[in-house]
Amino acid sequence: MILDYIGVKEVNGSLIVIDNVENAFYEETVDIRLDDGSMRQGRIVQMEGKRVVIQVFEGSREISLDNTRTRLRGRAMEMPLSPEMLGRVFNGAGDPIDGLGDIYPEQRMNINGSPINPVSRVYPRNYIHTGISSIDTLMTLIRGQKLPIFSGSGMQHNELAVQIVRQANITDAEGEGKFAIVFAAMGVKNDVADYFRRSFDESGVLQNVVMFLNLADDPIIERTLTPRCALTTAEYLAFEKDMHVLVIMTDMTAYAEALREFSSSKGEIPGRKGYPGYLYSDLASLYERAGMVHGKKGTITQLPILTMPNDDVTHPVPDLTGYITEGQISLDRSLDGNGIYPPVGVLPSLSRLMKDGIGKEYTREDHTALADQLFAAYAKTMEARSLASVIGEEELATSDKRYIQFGKLFESRFITQGFNENRSIEQSLDLGWELLSTLPRVELDRVKEELLDKYYVEGLCK
Amino acid sequence: MENQNVIYGINGPVVTVKNARSFSMMEMVYVGHERLVGEIIGINDKFTTIQVYEETTGLTLGEPIYGTGSPMNVTLGPGIMSNIFDGIERPLKEIAKESGTFIARGSTASALDQEKLWDVTLKVKVGDVIESGKVYAEVPETLSVMHKCMLTPLIKKATVTKVQPNGKYKVNDTVVEVEDETGQKHELSLCQKWPIRNARPVAKRTTSTVPLITGQRIMDALYPITKGGTACIPGAFGSGKTMTQHQLAKWCDADIIIYVGCGERGNEMTQVLEEFSELIDPRTNRLLTDRTVLIANTSNMPVAAREASMYTGITLAEYYRDMGYDVAMMADSTSRWAEALREISGRLEEMPAEEGFPAYLPSRLAEFYERAGYVHNINGTEGSISVIGAVSPAGGDFSEPVTQNTMRFTRCFWALDKSLAYSRHFPAIDWMASYTEYLNDLEAWYIQELGEEFLEYRNVINNLLQEENKLMEIVKLVGADVLPDDQKLVIQIARVIRIGFLQQNAFHQEDTYVPIIKQREMMKVIVHLYNKSKQIVAANVPLDDVLATGLYEDVIKMKYEVPNDKLEMFDDIISNIDRTIASVLNA
Repeated sequence: MILDYIGVKEVNGSLIVIDNVENAFYEETVDIRLDDGSMRQGRIVQMEGKRVVIQVFEGSREISLDNTRTRLRGRAMEMPLSPEMLGRVFNGAGDPIDGLGDIYPEQRMNINGSPINPVSRVYPRNYIHTGISSIDTLMTLIRGQKLPIFSGSGMQHNELAVQIVRQANITDAEGEGKFAIVFAAMGVKNDVADYFRRSFDESGVLQNVVMFLNLADDPIIERTLTPRCALTTAEYLAFEKDMHVLVIMTDMTAYAEALREFSSSKGEIPGRKGYPGYLYSDLASLYERAGMVHGKKGTITQLPILTMPNDDVTHPVPDLTGYITEGQISLDRSLDGNGIYPPVGVLPSLSRLMKDGIGKEYTREDHTALADQLFAAYAKTMEARSLASVIGEEELATSDKRYIQFGKLFESRFITQGFNENRSIEQSLDLGWELLSTLPRVELDRVKEELLDKYYVEGLCK
Repeated sequence: MENQNVIYGINGPVVTVKNARSFSMMEMVYVGHERLVGEIIGINDKFTTIQVYEETTGLTLGEPIYGTGSPMNVTLGPGIMSNIFDGIERPLKEIAKESGTFIARGSTASALDQEKLWDVTLKVKVGDVIESGKVYAEVPETLSVMHKCMLTPLIKKATVTKVQPNGKYKVNDTVVEVEDETGQKHELSLCQKWPIRNARPVAKRTTSTVPLITGQRIMDALYPITKGGTACIPGAFGSGKTMTQHQLAKWCDADIIIYVGCGERGNEMTQVLEEFSELIDPRTNRLLTDRTVLIANTSNMPVAAREASMYTGITLAEYYRDMGYDVAMMADSTSRWAEALREISGRLEEMPAEEGFPAYLPSRLAEFYERAGYVHNINGTEGSISVIGAVSPAGGDFSEPVTQNTMRFTRCFWALDKSLAYSRHFPAIDWMASYTEYLNDLEAWYIQELGEEFLEYRNVINNLLQEENKLMEIVKLVGADVLPDDQKLVIQIARVIRIGFLQQNAFHQEDTYVPIIKQREMMKVIVHLYNKSKQIVAANVPLDDVLATGLYEDVIKMKYEVPNDKLEMFDDIISNIDRTIASVLNA
């Protein structure tokens, strides 16, 4: 017997309350039909006795106490999945919006997913070559990693993401394995979504992309579902269809803000900056859906993008993200201001999985030492610069002057590279050695003598 | 009566029951047809509140709730070692066999392998009067751990009435029967249960005078912790908390390691699993996994089980301590645990205190850390639990409540610094902000084991670092060139200390673990270099003349060049220092 519940008892933000509901279950989805014939969807978020609280994805505008009929769907929020999703465009709640009709599902999966058992995981070790010197050398991306781009408004994070997608060598060395990109836009401007679509098209990968678009003016409740729909699709493609999936989620800050808006409308006790206390768990339930597992060929690599409000890395969203993800690529406002692309702020950036995915078997035996030394040298450049800003560059000791010079070269030759420039790992590493060789050999205290003998270029240090 | 308790309300992991009478506070219950594990966390005359340790999606109102009559407990017995559990002691390997890659709900896998046969040696005979804590059977659990089955503290005194012969038994087989003072009979198997939120009793707590040697120079030499001590490692993301915890778990000289991954990354647990099953414990020459238990409640696993995981960990630690072992527990990270408290507190609509954390946060933290300590067990043995808790302060700001409260209840503080991490100085422990309160307790041990000079070297090194810190203020303003030579010397020696001693490479074969004797020798060399260089300054010879010889760089490289088992090579370094300085003086 299918029951329609007529009217609601309470409306509050995007939440509606219905009384005397029988046989509902927690997180069940519902269809809501308004008297004007329009349909909305919702989900049960709280139950007490016969009173249930429903979150309406499209928002509660125009809902009055007696103009709705609500029907329980009898299942939790599920995503219809099929290989034909590749090349299609969906809205934030997973419904197709490209006018090509519905998906004929091969299977349905709960969008909340289930946690991957830690013993089933495979520790990620295969490095992904991105062709960008700063990333490949200093914060190597590993297949199965979650590596966010910390950016700010107005910086070129979208270009960087596109360049990574275009150049990423994501298939196996043997050329095996299909790849796919799942793109989730959350609260981004129409132009941005369009930029990504065009770029995918130009680089000829559009047929391998699944797009989920929740634009800036779309309902926020839908936004809280968008990454879940995207990741469910990614899990399906990776673990059922053996594909290497790269998930780009932008902008995580907009997602967190949607969550905050929803939380406050539920009347929850706010934590830091008004974000709900469970923001960490919630973000973790997204980011942890990256990885590799035993017995499956496919992998999920995540590249979330988030803009830091006021470039503040201690803001709850980048802060909690940094605690969950395996490193970060931090973009730097002053590099960006100096016209350096990609403006990767090397010192605060980090790839936690890199140490096990580089070196002799993967890239080259000198990679670890070189990266360490570059970091240390660039950190010294920063110290020298702050000293120079007090006493003037002229007054610096010779050794400090050398570091200033090194820093200039490092930024203009190593970090800077063209949008279409794809450097091989050997090129990047050799360039690193060339720059380090402008420093006296004794200063390179992170590198073993054998490596210095082999790679240090004599005569460049003046 | 039993099945009258049904679900009345659901809000995330919190489920309420109306008009329930039969439940007691902290009782473990099964919720719904799928029998999800839960715990009673609130009772009033109308509602009973339950926190559920699994996802509540799909539960309906009216589903039954089954009481168990006992509080949330863990099973203690052979089979714990080298295992990996979730926050409520469910074996993850078994769950993976049951439900595949993803963790399904309502798993009924029992904590310990029920079928495995253990080699049991009985240690009592009929007629013996045994008291709680008495070892009645021994089982070689792994190659490096002898498991001792002890009379549970719940039975004070009993007489043995029946003993099985030595042989192979399963965990639940009865091996001994006893009769307690009231005449009640008990059957003792290889395992026992214990509620996780209650500390196991001890005879007496004492002050520990033995350090927990970690093989990490900055910890052993500058900021040591005792066996039975507590330490706090706070640090912003990327500063190396987990890395430091891993190093401690690998190399510290405890008998048993309990590693609790509380709300952290799944890949990290996988890494521990993989690495530890390949690494060899330098003391026993056995695999590290043989002495390690992992408790993995990753950040995407249910939040209530995350809250329980710390208690599960410390209960396991207490059980092995009772056997007379030195146990070290790594908790990574206690902030996630505090956040789990906050999240559940929020769902219960409790009045929040600082930053939304519940007002009882400090008392919970205190309760937890006080379960550490060096003790005389009730069976007469001595054991210890050292707890090393990582803290992940929001925004890297140590003034937040979890860091501040943890500092009150721990006595060793290893502050990780972001700027050190940025310049890839690892371990990124900030020597200015860190401290230890254990030094006085350990003085006698250091003098006896390493001689008077160890503490003298430590003082010299400590003072040099303090002085460098002051000088750096000046250097930042005017540059190092204008300093007089005696101050330049301090800066140069401090550089040797920082790079050559404090910095330690976890990926270098020799440097990842450094025996305390070698640490002393390294300190000796540095102090010797300092004293000798002072002669240069006193003779008004420019310090730059010494620096030009590359002597300081040579000393810095000693950490890589002197293998851990060739300490006599330090004599060469010292004579090299003497020679070089002499030649500079004579030039």
